[in-house]
Amino acid sequence: MIVKYLVLSAAMFAIGAYGVLARRNLLIILMSVELMLNGVNVALLAFARLHAQSNGHVFVLMVMGVAAAEVSVGLAIMIAVFRNRKTIDAGDLRSMQG
Amino acid sequence: MSSILWLIPLLPLAGFLVNGLVRLPKPVAAIFGCAGPIASFALSVAAWKGVPVEQRVFEWITVGSWSVPFGLRVDELGAVMLLVVTGVGSLIHLYSVGYMHDDEGFSRFFSYLNLFMFSMLVLVMADDIVLMFLGWEGVGLCSYLLIGFWYKDLKNADAGKKAFITNRIGDFGFLLGIFCLWKMFEATNFVEMAGKSIPDEAWAAAAGLLLFVGATGKSAQIPLYVWLPDAMAGPTPVSALIHAATMVTAGVYMMARMHFLYAFVPGVLETVAWIAALTALVAAVIAVAQNDIKKILAYSTISQLGFMFAGIASSNFTAGMFHVVTHAFFKALLFLGAGAVIHALHGEQDIRKMGGLGRKLPLLTAVFVVGGLALAGFPFSAGFVSKDLILAAADVNAPRPVYVLLAATALITAFYTTRLCVIVFLGKAHEGHHDIHKPGILMMAPLVILAALSAVGGKLLERPIEAWLGRVWHSDTTVRRQWQNLTHGTAEEQRRATAYLSKHATRSEIPRVEPMESFQRTATAIEKRLNREDHAHHFNMTLSFVLFAVGAGSALLIYTRARGWLGRRVAGPWRGIHTLVSNKFYVDELYEYLVVAPVRMGATVLWYVVDRVLIDSVLVNGTGKLVYAVGWVLRRPHTGSLNAGVALFALGALAILGYLAWQSLT
Repeated sequence: MIVKYLVLSAAMFAIGAYGVLARRNLLIILMSVELMLNGVNVALLAFARLHAQSNGHVFVLMVMGVAAAEVSVGLAIMIAVFRNRKTIDAGDLRSMQG
Repeated sequence: MSSILWLIPLLPLAGFLVNGLVRLPKPVAAIFGCAGPIASFALSVAAWKGVPVEQRVFEWITVGSWSVPFGLRVDELGAVMLLVVTGVGSLIHLYSVGYMHDDEGFSRFFSYLNLFMFSMLVLVMADDIVLMFLGWEGVGLCSYLLIGFWYKDLKNADAGKKAFITNRIGDFGFLLGIFCLWKMFEATNFVEMAGKSIPDEAWAAAAGLLLFVGATGKSAQIPLYVWLPDAMAGPTPVSALIHAATMVTAGVYMMARMHFLYAFVPGVLETVAWIAALTALVAAVIAVAQNDIKKILAYSTISQLGFMFAGIASSNFTAGMFHVVTHAFFKALLFLGAGAVIHALHGEQDIRKMGGLGRKLPLLTAVFVVGGLALAGFPFSAGFVSKDLILAAADVNAPRPVYVLLAATALITAFYTTRLCVIVFLGKAHEGHHDIHKPGILMMAPLVILAALSAVGGKLLERPIEAWLGRVWHSDTTVRRQWQNLTHGTAEEQRRATAYLSKHATRSEIPRVEPMESFQRTATAIEKRLNREDHAHHFNMTLSFVLFAVGAGSALLIYTRARGWLGRRVAGPWRGIHTLVSNKFYVDELYEYLVVAPVRMGATVLWYVVDRVLIDSVLVNGTGKLVYAVGWVLRRPHTGSLNAGVALFALGALAILGYLAWQSLT
């Protein structure tokens, strides 16, 4: 039974990782990050149920809280970047080049 | 008196500070410059009455149980030197007011001159050899500053450097000598050292020789004399004060101060005697073939310093010190006179371009000739009396060849001095010297005073100085202890006491005690030496007459009547020897080749290999290049692309996970 949940979790994480690595739109990247977090959440919940322990549930709530905070900060940054550069394409934002 | 002793060196120091820090108009600067030395002279005269006086001014160096206070002490020896330094020094300061009047560095000149007076007075009055070393270094510094006084001419600056570096070599020996003294006596205070007996003859000899190395530097003896002729690049009053009358005699003074050491190391004294006599002769020979009036006097100074050392080395400290005094009179006079001549001829120093000055400057000629006669050893002039004492002492106490060399030097001295006077003052006036600068009263007055001292000072001072200085060498403690050692000491002490007493004791010091054998023998040796000294004195006085007459007479004859003949000789058969002598035996070239060139080559190698390659290229620039290269490599992953960064991060995370998985599996 647990395998199904883990397959789902891994699939969500992999899709999210692909999005972060391959897409250039910052909005999509942020959404992909959310997908990865939720993939992890699924795995946590599955294991929590399997072992009948509440630690996993608590962690999931924690991750959701952090994710919400992260998204709000990330979106704010994105808006600021857009106002300055008129773009949110990661390919155009290369000023950190060494 | 003892509470104001510190004022003697302090007053010139104050003059140095005033003229060194504040820019005053020339007359005011002159007053401040001269006031210090003259006041010191007055105080020295006052101190003369109450010798020995001493004063501890403050604690100077304290290391553990060893301490050197800044202590001043004037005994009979110090008082003689003190009066010469401040007396002749004051006269030269007065002269300088006239001589340097048109120089833009007027107050700088006086500040240096005053700093010199301070250092010299510290050297003379120090009661501790470490403090003496402070003065010793101070006068060396001032000598450097004043030789290079007209530093805009590179030649002068080079001469200053040469003097400084040559002196530094000697000073190194002096310092090592102090270490030996400390090792031996565990004290550096003169009085303390004199109060102890010498524990180890080898250390004593080492200390004596090393201190003499210091003296060869400061007092221009072979092998370190080469700086003194070049030092003539300085203004003439400096040559008179520092490089003739006072500083260069510091070595002689130091050896006289250390008489309690040198009297017990006859072997060292013999070495000193040889070096001194050779220096005297070589310098005198070189002086014959020089044409620069100041160079002639410089070589003559080296030669006369050799005489002083010969006096010390012949166990007659009085003779050596007495020659310091008389030499200060007549050589200061000659230098100041030469300065007046140069001044009169608008800077001309070549004697071949002088001549016939006798009629134009009669007073200057008169005083200069008086100085010349004293140097040449005209009977009963100052130079004659002291030189005679040295010759007599060398006759009795020095190795025979040393005595012969000194006698030959006396002959040559008379010759070159007469040559100098004849060429400069007699004969036809040289064309081109029509407007002659007459020296003013400020320049002439010191000359006249010094001329009087050069003429009669020797005969007048001979007895007083002999009695006065005798109190130092024959201080009760030293002599009485040796007599005690002779009767009660160990075999070693008896041997040493015999050697000391038979060379140094006088008749009146032979105590009347029971006749023991060793005692009798020593008393007889003393009698014998004293009889020989009396005899030598009479013989050498006659000899000195003859030497003066022959030397001066032949020079007079050659340079008034037979200059053409001399010219033909020099151009013909004597050409080789004349070239050799007029080029100063190529000693400078030899040193250049043996010492300067290797040092310079070593410096070049060090500069290129160590400095340029190792430090500059490898260490300094190498560090920069290494950091740059590492940075270049580390910069590659930083593409600035967000996706690439995340990919790298993911790869890193994978690598860590892989590692952990691999670890948990094995």
